[in-house]
Amino acid sequence: MKFTLSWLKDHLETSASVEELARTLSAIGLEVESVTNPGEKLAPFIVARVVEAKQHPNADRLRVCQVETGSGVVEVVCGAPNARSGMIGVFAPIGSHIPGTGITLDKRPVRGVVSNGMLLSERELELSDSHEGIIELPDDYAKKVGQPFAEVMGLADPVFDVKLTPNRPDCTGVRGIARDLAAAHLGKLKPERKVSGVEGTYACPVDIKLDFPKEARDACPCFAGRYVKGVKNGPSPAWVQQRLKAVGLRPINALVDVTNYISLDRGRPLHVYDADKLKGAIRARLGKKGETFKGLDGKTHEADETMCVIADDRAVLGFGGILGGEDTGCTEATRNVLIECAYFDPLRTAATGRKTGIQSDARYRFERGVDPAFIRPGLDLATAMILEFTGGAPSKAKVAGAPPEAKTTLSFSFAMVEKLAGIRLKEPQMRSTLEALGFQVSGKGGEVKVAVPSWRPDIHGRADLVEEIVRIAGLDTVPSAPMPRERGVARAVLTQTQRRVQRARRALAARGLVETITWSFISRAAAGAFGGGGDALELANPISADMSSMRPSLLPGLLAALQRNRNRGFADLALFEIGQAYRGDRPEDQFLAATGVRAGTAAASVSGRHWSGNAGMVSLFDAKADVVTLLAALGIDAAKAQTTRDAPAYFHPGRSACLRLGPKILLAQFGEIHPETLRDLDVAGPVAAFELFIDALPPEKKKSAARPMLEAADLMPVRRDFAFVLDASVPAGDVIKAAAGADKALITQVNVFDLFEGKSLGEGKKSLALEVTLQPRDKTLTDEQIEAVSAKIVAEVKRATGGEIRA
Amino acid sequence: MTSNADISALENALVSEIGAADDLAGLERVRIAALGKKGSISDLMARLGSMPPEERRAFGQAVNGLKQRVGDAMEARKAELERRQLSQRLATETADVTLPVRPGPLQEGRIHPVSQVWDEVVEIFADMGFAVAEGPDIETDDLNFSKLNIPPEHPARQEHDTFYFAPKPDGSRLLLRTHTSPVQIRTMLRQKPPIRIIAPGRVYRCDSDQTHTPMFHQIEALVIDETTHLGHLKWCIEEFCKAFFEVDEVRMRFRASHFPFTEPSMEVDLDAAAIGKPGQWLEILGSGMVHPNVIRNCGLDPEKYQGFAFGMGLDRIAMLKYGIPDLRDMFSGDLRWLRHYGFLPLDVPTLAGGLSS
Repeated sequence: MKFTLSWLKDHLETSASVEELARTLSAIGLEVESVTNPGEKLAPFIVARVVEAKQHPNADRLRVCQVETGSGVVEVVCGAPNARSGMIGVFAPIGSHIPGTGITLDKRPVRGVVSNGMLLSERELELSDSHEGIIELPDDYAKKVGQPFAEVMGLADPVFDVKLTPNRPDCTGVRGIARDLAAAHLGKLKPERKVSGVEGTYACPVDIKLDFPKEARDACPCFAGRYVKGVKNGPSPAWVQQRLKAVGLRPINALVDVTNYISLDRGRPLHVYDADKLKGAIRARLGKKGETFKGLDGKTHEADETMCVIADDRAVLGFGGILGGEDTGCTEATRNVLIECAYFDPLRTAATGRKTGIQSDARYRFERGVDPAFIRPGLDLATAMILEFTGGAPSKAKVAGAPPEAKTTLSFSFAMVEKLAGIRLKEPQMRSTLEALGFQVSGKGGEVKVAVPSWRPDIHGRADLVEEIVRIAGLDTVPSAPMPRERGVARAVLTQTQRRVQRARRALAARGLVETITWSFISRAAAGAFGGGGDALELANPISADMSSMRPSLLPGLLAALQRNRNRGFADLALFEIGQAYRGDRPEDQFLAATGVRAGTAAASVSGRHWSGNAGMVSLFDAKADVVTLLAALGIDAAKAQTTRDAPAYFHPGRSACLRLGPKILLAQFGEIHPETLRDLDVAGPVAAFELFIDALPPEKKKSAARPMLEAADLMPVRRDFAFVLDASVPAGDVIKAAAGADKALITQVNVFDLFEGKSLGEGKKSLALEVTLQPRDKTLTDEQIEAVSAKIVAEVKRATGGEIRA
Repeated sequence: MTSNADISALENALVSEIGAADDLAGLERVRIAALGKKGSISDLMARLGSMPPEERRAFGQAVNGLKQRVGDAMEARKAELERRQLSQRLATETADVTLPVRPGPLQEGRIHPVSQVWDEVVEIFADMGFAVAEGPDIETDDLNFSKLNIPPEHPARQEHDTFYFAPKPDGSRLLLRTHTSPVQIRTMLRQKPPIRIIAPGRVYRCDSDQTHTPMFHQIEALVIDETTHLGHLKWCIEEFCKAFFEVDEVRMRFRASHFPFTEPSMEVDLDAAAIGKPGQWLEILGSGMVHPNVIRNCGLDPEKYQGFAFGMGLDRIAMLKYGIPDLRDMFSGDLRWLRHYGFLPLDVPTLAGGLSS
């Protein structure tokens, strides 16, 4: 919402400075986005008179002018065809900056004659695109020679741009803003302009109807109109044009300008039809499927049965409250007009606006809710201005329907202000604030009745009244009050999952992974490759095709980030993200994953080339190490989990696995990414990756803070090595399990210290070397005991895996 | 016959041999020659048996003394030779101490600034008794808008640039939450007052330019009880800003505003002096007293319960505090950026140790 200072002063008697006004507006909820003064850039230019214009001695197209600037006559070379003796123009002295060309004038000869300044065109002043010649001011400006051009022309009028919140339709007009400022003691609201002599003697010759089915009557409950015959349309007065231009509107003609002016001045949109182009009655009704009209925006629009349209006997003319039609619009040739001042339902207007995508000043106001009590007054004001600008003879007003009832009365207790806002104000102050804003307060003491003004559809309850009082008093005056502290020392508040997320983040970063945050939506193809891409998770209005599917996994985003970094020359890197992914669109389908990728040689322990030895390429075991460490950090012993070979297809089928707790709980999956998946995503391999499902982890059992007693055996542990020859397909895990199970009391650890596959063992065979730790409890083990355990280990391994002790 | 003089000569000879032994093997040879089974001293000891008792004692003493002294000399020489041998070995083991070592994972790993700030904010609000509540990203129209007092066709909806999913057979449409406020609703529907929560999380708007990304992070605070008022809201915001920006004083500006879900509503500006840039105001959050309709929509009695809510951009306050210039970089996964603006794994923010130090 834009307005100028002088426009504001039409409604507000004030001596406040621009800064004070802007500061107050922002404080009371009318946020000032900018205050600009178009006069500033025009400040150096002055009204001047060309005393004499003579032909330039050395150039056919140039003239040498003697210019009276108010402080002496100077010689100026001018190329404009209209430069002539006696004309009044605009002079730019040496040193001034010309906004339209960006040039700062200096003194230099033009074809041998020194020019001491410049006479300016409208384009050079950025007033219009006109550059046919220099500005010619009317002759009566001769007495203003020497005065600043901007002031003389009224261009030094600061323009306020206020960002309105959607609850304040009253402030879509300058008068509403003035009312708020007056309530905030920044001036006095001037009385309304008296309108008289607009009610004609003859009946409106155009019939006005409301044709709605019962259930849609609220679409347009009231349509007032007045006919004016014999208008002489043309440009509107300069002051109207200037105000419209100042706020960014293009003046069209007097009839159209009047509607735009009242829309801005009073927040009351209107429409004026060329009555000679109407066929029969005019009516508001619901649209019909397939009806079209050509709008004032030059485009053809189609109505449907949910929309409120204005139509005559022949066709749809426009969308009510949104856009008028070109065919019945007013031109210079218009002689007879019908003025429309109607009320359109905010909801339906908003819905139609959204459906059609039309942004207009009318829609902006109607969808916020115009003042229903300002239908007749609006019509009369428009009639008065039209009569003033274009002449003509008005008819009697014709009003179809009646304005919607807008008489809200609230019971209110002034004590609410302190209860809700924590500020103690004097009752007379609160009462006068409400009254200044147009509320009527009746009753005395604790409970009062407050009648809400018709222009404030946003006021529904007591909290709204508290807001009115407090915002005008100033939120800065509300004293801060400490919140009571529930406990002396704050208690822990995080849930176990929240705590795990925090720990997981630090644990992964401590393993050298770098945390990233990638988009929650990815391309449908990428989502499909990772088990997603279904219709339910596809955005209807994505910002781009690359960001249309809710991600089923964090891997696609991480892999893409990985490759972007490689393209920048970082080959060895490890990234992770902890975030949400989606199996479906229900809340319980959203899950939390800690996902990491390692590429190149970026293992946790070593990476890159080094004099002490180069790191190898990452493998599934780097990812497994991440998973096992992370699980430990989150209180889960990975050794208790089952390793299964059923990782999703985007992993390498032979180099990936899942960690499960029973058939139901999937803790994590890890491995090398499938080469085809990498190829499809254009990512270079190999890439080791893991996904750990944080909210699938079983809860940690609540333990007491005290630890159990330490049981440290004083006796030396005994270590024995075993090498088994096995079928190559036997999992090491089975061998370890068998060995460890041979004597659960004695065996505390089984470590694989060598893995060998070679021809010497025979085809399809491998050798696995175990170091088994025996921990005696009561007394040192005898050789016989050790032999017995060893024999059991060998027997168990053979039984479970077929492995033979290596000779 | 062996005289004291002979013993003395033998001692001198042995001491001199010991001194001359150049390595441990040489010394061992000397030891065997003197103290071995057939060594010179053992030899003397062997004679004791055949001596007359009156000589035996004096001789024995003399030989034992000799043995003792030679033994001591040998130990001393051995220690010296060992020392020499060790220092010779150490001399060969000299390494180039300027060779670089690999940086460890603690130096390589990073925490994203948004996560770091998330932890900071949680730390502050936990001290004020706020729990952390969460909700899903894919929301219903009802929870994202209607229950928050934003009916269909309300102009405020247009300002939200909502991402929608395809309509369901029943005509309903799910959406990506445009703010963290649905978590307020979920909390109030689930939990009886008093309520003190913060709700951090991802939110989505169909908007993308230099200062907007289609996904960003918000944090919301909600307090509902029977007495909390606007003065408490101001205090809470002031205390948060002081703690978060780690300054003793902040200057704030409270401007009336409008949000459908609060009444009264206010926007809060922070004097940028808090981030070392005095002379400008920073819009940091929107806030207000929870609208009676919202309280009622959650099945609570607005005559009895009241409270405040505020929300701010987590990314935005991270950018302000840590001087991060461009929002879009937050989600680019650029390693250079992450290493520069990210935090080390052990930079754990605590109130006791400081949030950023």
